Amino acid sequence: MIYEHSRVGRRAMAQAPSEKVDMAGIPDAMLRTSQPPLPEVSEMQAVRHFTRLSQKNFSIDTQFYPLGSCTMKYNPRVCNTLASLPGMLSRHPLAPDTHSQGFMACLYELQDILKTATGMHAVSLTPAAGAQGEFAGVGMIRAYHDDRGDKERSEILVPDAAHGTNPASAVMCGYKAREIPTGSDGDIDIEALKSALGPQTAGIMLTNPSTVGVFEQRIKGIAELVHAAGGLLYYDGANLNAILGKVRPGDMGFDVIHMNLHKTFSTPHGGGGPGAGPVGVSKRLEPYLPIPMVDFDGNDYRWLTERDRPDSIGRLSAFAGNAGVLIRAYIYARLLGREGMHRVSEYSTLNANYLLKRLMETGFDAAYPERRASHEFILTLKKQAKELGVNTMDFAKRLLDYGVHAPTTYFPLLVPECLLVEPTETEAKEDLDRFVEIMRTIKQEAESQPDMVKQAPHTMPVRRLDDVRAARELDLAWKPGD
Amino acid sequence: MSNTPTDRRYAKSHEWLKDEGDGSFTIGITDHAQGLLGDLVFVDLPEVGTAVEAGNDCAVVESVKAASDVYSPVTGEVIAVNEALDGAPETINDDAFGNGWMFKVKVADAGESDSLLDAAGYDALIAEEE
Repeated sequence: MIYEHSRVGRRAMAQAPSEKVDMAGIPDAMLRTSQPPLPEVSEMQAVRHFTRLSQKNFSIDTQFYPLGSCTMKYNPRVCNTLASLPGMLSRHPLAPDTHSQGFMACLYELQDILKTATGMHAVSLTPAAGAQGEFAGVGMIRAYHDDRGDKERSEILVPDAAHGTNPASAVMCGYKAREIPTGSDGDIDIEALKSALGPQTAGIMLTNPSTVGVFEQRIKGIAELVHAAGGLLYYDGANLNAILGKVRPGDMGFDVIHMNLHKTFSTPHGGGGPGAGPVGVSKRLEPYLPIPMVDFDGNDYRWLTERDRPDSIGRLSAFAGNAGVLIRAYIYARLLGREGMHRVSEYSTLNANYLLKRLMETGFDAAYPERRASHEFILTLKKQAKELGVNTMDFAKRLLDYGVHAPTTYFPLLVPECLLVEPTETEAKEDLDRFVEIMRTIKQEAESQPDMVKQAPHTMPVRRLDDVRAARELDLAWKPGD
Repeated sequence: MSNTPTDRRYAKSHEWLKDEGDGSFTIGITDHAQGLLGDLVFVDLPEVGTAVEAGNDCAVVESVKAASDVYSPVTGEVIAVNEALDGAPETINDDAFGNGWMFKVKVADAGESDSLLDAAGYDALIAEEE
């Protein structure tokens, strides 16, 4: 920690603010009486400390990063460069419409592009992340039922393979989440779905392809069943890479969708934000879309607000979501075009299936061997854990020694000793082959020297962390002198 | 060789249930369940006096891998909880069938537990799941 380099009185004068800050007008009660415990270091120490930290970073810029369900792909630098143009970057969010026509044109076109790509009737860009998109989506389902006086609906159905955010969003919107089991082929158990549906069903939340990495084949039938019961269908867009340009949620019968632009549309994911989770809806949910949205009358672009959209579920943030992420997504979509978007899903699916086949040939077990993978797939290391005592976490840690970020481990929860692998569309064949060779090597190591694998990583700046002790003895408030 | 105690019954969702002979049952999770979850780091118990319904979730066990609901196998009222688990969730890992008990329920209908699995039935269930 930088505090460990701190010595009283050490300064980096060149970096200090040149003027004294005016404290006048701040009530006495709110002023500090003692100095905050800030690190006192020289400029050189600060530079070295943070440069060293950045060198320890395990990132997509330096390593293969097949983290399933997260889509850690390469995002073209040019999207960021263009989104950082002064006209975009320096625009004040309160600037009048007349001064923001270019920016608003980008957002308007992005609404249109997403509408076309997903087959939805209308799109609002404003949710600031995937979870907020889900909150908006379920909120619209609630508004729809309430508006019709259909107030007895109290349940949202969620498959057991779902992202944890799905049941959480349902509960946040006042619904009870009811779990639907997954069949042994990876698809939803239709009989269980039928028995769960009823007049209390507000809707169902699905990810398709699902988190087990397969395309729900009976989606049309599921849509008919849910609609016949008076419920609506929610599409979690986490896995949009697998279907972009190929099949559209709107055509599958979904009523509402959120898209993670920070996964699929050119914003690096996994850094904790900022994200963007636009929502798209079918015609009957259109009045409830969150605001603001951008409208175009043929001449001018303008914000749609409460005045234009009285039935909206309202605003989710002060302005129109994370503008920078939206602009990057717009540029990415324009660079790819319609054909490029087809190729995203083709390559992401091809890469996943190639990797799955080769790993199966190497002796690894697929969780759903009879199914074609979508853009990600699941291995189960049950056999290795049982026979060799080397589990998924040990494989994951050993991968780090070979310069590969570990795939997602132990999610989804329904597959034992689960390794969820997503190579993404931006990896070359050589890199996929190298991953197979590394997995083969670790498998041999697990057989010949299991203890070494169980103690991995051996070459990282920190060795195996005691995550159990860290969780049991939480210590989050470090201060100098501790 | 199975080490599933034969003095109690089992739910398919991996809870055990022991008849205390006074109209109350002690409930915990099985050794198999703690093994699947891995090292527990947190246990959330119901409050004494809570009404619980058979099949409904009423406690949570959390490991570094996952958080999992614990379902009451019977309907009744919680009359005691194992407060020793607070700050020592590893007790469940060490002794799931003994000191790792979670809560006691006073039941209205003592016959309700008859439909649950016995030790042999539970062992068969584990074998099938594997």
